[in-house]
Amino acid sequence: MGLKKWIDLQLHPGRIPENPVLTAKLKTLDTLAMSSTDLVRNYPTPQMVRQMVAGQVPFPSDPGRRMLIEKLVAKAERKQGQADQPNPDAPAAQELSILLTREQIRALRTGTPQQRLPAFQELPADKQDDVIGALPAGVRQGLFQVAPPELRRKIEMANGPQQLVARDLMEGKLLRAIYSDRQLDEVLADFWFNHFNIYLDKGADHYLVTEYEREVIRPHVLGKFRDLLEATAKSPAMLFYLDNWQSVGPDAPQPRGQGNKARRGLNENYGRELLELHTLGVDGGYTQKDVTEVARCFTGWTINQPQRGGAFQFNPRLHDKGEKVVLGTIIPAGGGMEDGEKVLDIVARHPATAHFISTRLAQRFVADDPPAALVNRMAQTFLKTDGDLREVMKTMLDSKEFWSVGAYRSKMKSPLEMVASAVRAVNGDVDFAFALANQVAQLGQPLYRKQEPTGYSNSSQEWMNSAGLLARMNFALQLANGKVPGVKVETEESGTTLGSPEFQKR
Amino acid sequence: MTTRRIFLRNSALAMVGVGSAPLWLERALYATDAPSPRKKILVAIFQRGAADGLNVVVPHGEKAYYDLRPTISVPRPSAGSGKREDAAIDLDGFFGFHPSLAPLKPLFDQRHLAIVDAVGSPDPTRSHFDAQDYMESGTPGIKATHDGWMNRALPKPAGKVSPVRAVSLGPTLARSMAGPNPAIALQSIAGFQVRNPEAAKQFRDMYLGSKDPLMRAAGQETFEAVSMLESVQSQPYSPAAGAQYPRGRLGDSLRQIAQLIKSDVGMEMAFADVGGWDHHVNELGQKASEGQLAVLLRDYGQALSAFWQDMGDRMSDVVLVTMSEFGRTAHENGNRGTDHGHANCMFVMGGPVKGGKVYGRWPGLEKEQLYEGRDLALTTDFRDVLGELVSHHLGNPTLKSVFPGYNPKPLGLV
Repeated sequence: MGLKKWIDLQLHPGRIPENPVLTAKLKTLDTLAMSSTDLVRNYPTPQMVRQMVAGQVPFPSDPGRRMLIEKLVAKAERKQGQADQPNPDAPAAQELSILLTREQIRALRTGTPQQRLPAFQELPADKQDDVIGALPAGVRQGLFQVAPPELRRKIEMANGPQQLVARDLMEGKLLRAIYSDRQLDEVLADFWFNHFNIYLDKGADHYLVTEYEREVIRPHVLGKFRDLLEATAKSPAMLFYLDNWQSVGPDAPQPRGQGNKARRGLNENYGRELLELHTLGVDGGYTQKDVTEVARCFTGWTINQPQRGGAFQFNPRLHDKGEKVVLGTIIPAGGGMEDGEKVLDIVARHPATAHFISTRLAQRFVADDPPAALVNRMAQTFLKTDGDLREVMKTMLDSKEFWSVGAYRSKMKSPLEMVASAVRAVNGDVDFAFALANQVAQLGQPLYRKQEPTGYSNSSQEWMNSAGLLARMNFALQLANGKVPGVKVETEESGTTLGSPEFQKR
Repeated sequence: MTTRRIFLRNSALAMVGVGSAPLWLERALYATDAPSPRKKILVAIFQRGAADGLNVVVPHGEKAYYDLRPTISVPRPSAGSGKREDAAIDLDGFFGFHPSLAPLKPLFDQRHLAIVDAVGSPDPTRSHFDAQDYMESGTPGIKATHDGWMNRALPKPAGKVSPVRAVSLGPTLARSMAGPNPAIALQSIAGFQVRNPEAAKQFRDMYLGSKDPLMRAAGQETFEAVSMLESVQSQPYSPAAGAQYPRGRLGDSLRQIAQLIKSDVGMEMAFADVGGWDHHVNELGQKASEGQLAVLLRDYGQALSAFWQDMGDRMSDVVLVTMSEFGRTAHENGNRGTDHGHANCMFVMGGPVKGGKVYGRWPGLEKEQLYEGRDLALTTDFRDVLGELVSHHLGNPTLKSVFPGYNPKPLGLV
């Protein structure tokens, strides 16, 4: 295939059949396909489990899932009852002795995890779940390392179901980075998620990021910027992360009977980051007054039941209905949800946005300090095509600057790129990927866990330092020696090659 | 520009040569080379996310503070003797610590800790990113500055330069420390090595022989520092005087900074940061001593106080300074939080510090006294504080190149 044709295909990822290896590996990560509401119910926090028990929230409809959660409830209740026991391991041991014969228990406790696995698999299917819950943590973790995917899933559920949501996200990201044939699509999904960054560990966002990445970011990475922007503006994940869901106008009804402490009002967090980070850029010519006016326009853009995976909702009673002036444009009094949409129209088509987005893309794909001529051409395309991101990418990929000698290998790989490319280089067969995700974090880029709305830097400088380089070298040795859990390695490639200066460049 | 920086960096290294002397000899050199037996040390802590200075050092003598913050103010020290643990801890009759900072009160009383209030960057930006960048580059309003103030502030070396002269704790090198002088990023002392000695040699050759000047410089810095820290790694560390560092990033960082200082490996500057200060919603809990800010401040207070205890006499060579990119709105917002503001407070702690005092002119919180009608106004430039530490504590007389275009006015802190 010629290079031109390959690029054209990459710009139309829908025409590339997905790698069946990837599809198979993603299959066990079932949270990735779920809605936020289903995630909350199927992988509940302990608090949510209590609400299910109290009848405030329905159990999952799927009988198998319901059973798993009922087991968790039973276990929690047992723990409660045994809280005063001096030896915390004692109840588990007692429980095992009820479930199994002495020979069975001995088989589960002797030898290597590989030797224990068959002993476990010989147990009757209906007993396996209970045994997992009763096994000492060390034995359980040992089994985990060697278990087939379904059993691994059960072990993870016993450890705490809500952790699976984050784990699946990170594993999915790594598996796609390693195995997907739609490479440009993956890089862009990473770029745009980072551009519209969300921090997974901020409260309800734990359950909202999965749907955000799948429904808000991915479908739009080669679409119109205005659509992508609106999708983020209306996403529960963003509304929660930047606090807009709680921002209300001056006439909004106040919660009764709770005094001052429950009063609500304007919050300008989203308004500012929309202008600074999502669209115009910090030098895009807006003022503090614009920030406040934008925040007023978005009052009433909220979430219905955020803690239960809820959906976007416009609540007219919370909206500030006064007149606003945004970047010189008057937004007349008496408006509703359209006030926010008008803001999105203004900023999505603003020349500063065209320039800012083009700069960011060129920094990511070409050079830390991208040539001004290239950025200008991309920005022109952006404005001419009403923010068609595929066209902007095409302008960049067709440019002589992109193909210049200076651009080649001028960028250092990000930690994610380094880890993914190393696994590819050693023909790694990834059984589970969260150990790899931990490595990416060690290298300085914890996935989905950049707390600040700025996201990670697109600049190579960020990764060029002693701590990062040493972590890369150690990871390279560990991987090549087959010491990274979950990754089978077949290679002649030595760890020193993967940790070499040349391998850190892309 | 990048290339130029690298050449600068390389030539700086070339002047002192690549050390291949035995380790004991190197250490002996650092211990005895300087005219004064021990070098002065500066530790900088960055609170990322814009800490709410008004709820950290509370102006409890200011009525407007309570008017502007009906639900998230810290009660006056006198308020209700029954719930004192929930009120501000009085410092001077006007200012008081947030209750979570109780561990720092003795240090203030013993005059080892000074506060500078209404201080910050004069640039009006309320962008986290830009404001951090300006504070770390030391050049508010100028984006083209490539290096950080701490890198420029390293005194001109007298004799041999330690490869761990400037250390930035964390997985990436802080902006404050970037620049032509060698500076290393370090996640943990124990992890700062290539785990396989044979491979370590190969990597060293690869990086030192790399055609890429950036890689070569970074590799050189890294491997010199690795061999320097080998001896530190072999010694188990337990803090002195029963000092207990809190778990978490700040406590870990300060414990390791203390370890490096006490190991006499030639460290002169250390940087650490701690995030999570961006409290737009529910900044305080139902009580001032609860909630997000209280938790962070407890960690902050315990970490600083543990560092002081652990360092003991060595603190006579050390000054620690804290900063955050800007303050927060004087009034609370609609969600019991605060939005991005302007001036803030800084803490300066150390043996040479003239503490027990809140420095800086207090501008007041009445409407007409606020910056742009909403934020604490700025009366002291952060470069006045840092500049004094660089010149009077570190003894670096070239302030003009540390803070170009600015002439820092000392406050008399040290």
